[in-house]
Amino acid sequence: MTVKVGVVVFPGTNCEHDVVEAVDSVGGCGRLLWHKDAGLADVDAVILPGGFAHGDYLRTGAMARFSPIMDAVIRFARGGGPVVGICNGFQILTEARLLPGALYKNRDLKFLCQPTRLRVASTGSVLTRGLNVGDELDIPINHFEGNYICSDRTLAELRETSSIMFTYRNNPNGATSDIAGISNKTGNVVGLMPHPERAAHPLLGSTDGALLLKGLIGGG
Amino acid sequence: MSDPLHRSLGLTDQEASAIEKILNRPPNHLELAMYAVMWSEHCSYKSSRLHLKRLPTEAPWVLVGPGENAGVVDVGDGIAAAIRIESHNHPSAIEPYQGAATGVGGILRDIFTMGARPIAVMDSLRFGSVDDARSRWIAEGVVSGISGYGNAVGVPTVGGETVFDEAYTGNPLVNVMCLGLMPTDRLVLGQASGEGNLAVLLGSSTGRDGIGGVSVLASASFGDEVEEAEKRPSVQVGDPFEEKRLIEACLALLDAGLVVGIQDLGGAGLTCATSETASRGGVGMDVDVAAVPRREPGMEPFEVLTSESQERMLAIVAPEGLDDVLDICDRWDVQASVVGRVTGGGRLRVRDGIDGPVLGEVPAASLHEDAPLYDRPRHPPVDWEAARADTADQLPPPADVGADLLGLLANPSWVYRQYDHMLFCNTVIGPGGDAAVLRLKDPATGADTGRGLALTADGNQRWCSVDPRAGTAMTVAESVLNLACAGARPLALVNCLNFGNPEHPEVMWQLSEAVDGMAEACDAFAIPVVGGNVSLYNETQGHNIDPTPVIGLLGMIDSLTSVPPGLAWSDGDRVVVLGSGGAELSGSLWAAASAGHKRGRLPELDYEQHRRVAELVRKLVAGEVLSAVHDVSSGGVGLALAEMAAVSGVGFAGARIHGHAELFGEAPSRVVAAVEAELLGAVEAAAAAAGVAVARIGLAAGERFSIKGLLDLDMSAITDRWCSAMSDLSSG
Repeated sequence: MTVKVGVVVFPGTNCEHDVVEAVDSVGGCGRLLWHKDAGLADVDAVILPGGFAHGDYLRTGAMARFSPIMDAVIRFARGGGPVVGICNGFQILTEARLLPGALYKNRDLKFLCQPTRLRVASTGSVLTRGLNVGDELDIPINHFEGNYICSDRTLAELRETSSIMFTYRNNPNGATSDIAGISNKTGNVVGLMPHPERAAHPLLGSTDGALLLKGLIGGG
Repeated sequence: MSDPLHRSLGLTDQEASAIEKILNRPPNHLELAMYAVMWSEHCSYKSSRLHLKRLPTEAPWVLVGPGENAGVVDVGDGIAAAIRIESHNHPSAIEPYQGAATGVGGILRDIFTMGARPIAVMDSLRFGSVDDARSRWIAEGVVSGISGYGNAVGVPTVGGETVFDEAYTGNPLVNVMCLGLMPTDRLVLGQASGEGNLAVLLGSSTGRDGIGGVSVLASASFGDEVEEAEKRPSVQVGDPFEEKRLIEACLALLDAGLVVGIQDLGGAGLTCATSETASRGGVGMDVDVAAVPRREPGMEPFEVLTSESQERMLAIVAPEGLDDVLDICDRWDVQASVVGRVTGGGRLRVRDGIDGPVLGEVPAASLHEDAPLYDRPRHPPVDWEAARADTADQLPPPADVGADLLGLLANPSWVYRQYDHMLFCNTVIGPGGDAAVLRLKDPATGADTGRGLALTADGNQRWCSVDPRAGTAMTVAESVLNLACAGARPLALVNCLNFGNPEHPEVMWQLSEAVDGMAEACDAFAIPVVGGNVSLYNETQGHNIDPTPVIGLLGMIDSLTSVPPGLAWSDGDRVVVLGSGGAELSGSLWAAASAGHKRGRLPELDYEQHRRVAELVRKLVAGEVLSAVHDVSSGGVGLALAEMAAVSGVGFAGARIHGHAELFGEAPSRVVAAVEAELLGAVEAAAAAAGVAVARIGLAAGERFSIKGLLDLDMSAITDRWCSAMSDLSSG
């Protein structure tokens, strides 16, 4: 059965069509969900895509967290449903407290759009379950606020529960412990700054992002 | 006695009396303000229109030529591409971040006004010397503004150019180009029709920002910094989030077939949008100034009518469709207000209340069609003949060729790393290549067509200083070759003509020559010009910028099944130059960088030879024969080789380049190509068949970058310079 992936559109979101295209290309079925919707219909997984939800005004993700659909997303996540936040989606998930920590401005106070090499640090999440620890992936980033930060206690917990999913080989933004993506303890809620949908077609220079989306579709 | 009102609004005495003649009475303040913005250089092209007529504009695939908000061409499979370029030079000089940001916002609106979704932006940027602190401040601000606005509004910036040259001290050039795609049947024009239809203003409220932007700011020269600071309120402030919602709402309105016509509010604000839509549709319009949502109380009608507040659109809708229009706008949280209605008779009436007292009334078309047209005096510079005799070949040769080459090398990635250049997953080759390459997907279904579009934005102020006519032709030719390196053939050209004060005869001569050079090259390559923009009065404290026509070229890649070769060669590749000629140094980057020299005569451009080289390169790229390819332009063969080495991290062992003039000369119609040893014969055979000369000049390999008898550098010198030359402008 085709896995239905709901891709949430907030005003200011801009990666929604790219994510749907990439999900479809690995055999899933992406469909757009509107932020004012109260429910998630019958989707099997949810992706909060990149962009500038609500213009990133006030603080990245801060207002999107209060969009009506987020109550349903939180219920879905608490019930074990797969929820993936990419870039701005990651920022929203931290604001919604579905993931710990926060995303600060990049170390050099500049927006960065560039390829990065990631190292898989945990295979206990819905994105990395098909991979091996130590695998390297080429997936680009595109953000101003991608510098992951958390308390020492949270960092210790992330390590203990194998919730650090990816690290950067060459840390581009100053993120704590080179963290590029994390999951919750149960691995069903995932946030990452790199954009897998931008590395899912041979003409785009890498298809490593498709591996992650296949993980999401394959086990969903 | 103080100046009469019309002069402070930027109108001449003759223009004021022409207005009086049209109205058969003296205009009131509101009417005068409306004419002042619409008859400004920026809106009316009064100094350049006469010359622009000489450009070729037709081809079977052109759907919309110059004069609309954007040019539109048919790219097959039921898809149309809209393209436009515009300058935001003056606002960026005064307030770099907002000036550049609103430049992006404005060009996007020009594209989605036509019904197209903007899919790519390119920018051509020119700043004063990198050693000048204020120029660096402007550059930082402009790049941040493009990044801040473009990224947030959700349109990728896929390429462009960044040039530092003291000719632009105090007067940067910020030219922004946008490409959009639409299903051909969604094409709409900015015109009103149908008496009784409603004019609905969408987007932001109207404030006092940008009043007189086109007249006071964009159509006058700069004086000192105090004067610039006083003009700062004429710069608008952008809100990319508002624009993003406006794009989505407008495209949804067009998809639903709810609008008769739609027009963005840019320069000259509501005056321009209402009068243009009315006069294009041959109708009139009543505008209710009281119905326009405002940011602050106490605004005068003339302020409301001429404000350049950003992120606003004017849609013409049938009354029965109004509720649906309001619903779609509500979904995207876009403010929508009925501010007028279409009338018969061709009069533009500004009223206080839709049936209230008339505050001003003018023939709508007179704001456009009756705008002054000047054939300004033009004259070559008095020292023209002497300048042509002063060639750069007489300059002393470099003491150290390697050091001079390193000095020319600069990596622009500090700029484009700040731009989202990957959004929409179309970008096969992004910034840093000869041309950007984009997958062509059906805008209605998202289906991949298997074809691609290529895009370049290029100018060369050195060539155009030496000879505005030949230099402009060479710029077009270079763009054609840039496309060829991506495997693309040219479809359509847009241009942004950046010049100094048109009241100086030498400047008008430059403009006229540049137009002729462009026309000549476009004819030779059968490229239609589908749009353009003219920016004059680029003059600071009596100093005009170098003549700078910037060329945007859109190309088609008929089959995009693999990534085109790009600049990076591999160890063991044979390196050749395709095309012949060229040891003239006049107009070269080397001559300007080493001696500030911008005189002499440009190398000859042979159109027939150029076509042959471009066709050969296109075929070799399409045939996947080349490992790497780079056109020879600024910095000559030497800089092309150094850039290829820097990008790939693989050195070069070369020979058969005799002297610095062959290394740095910028003769057109040449590319550097790298090819695997076993394919070298095939390349040489193809070149021979095409009648193009091939010269084997070396081997890509090793840890050194050397050319026998000229230079021998360690690759670390190349990569260090590449990584550091422009890495951090703010601390530079």
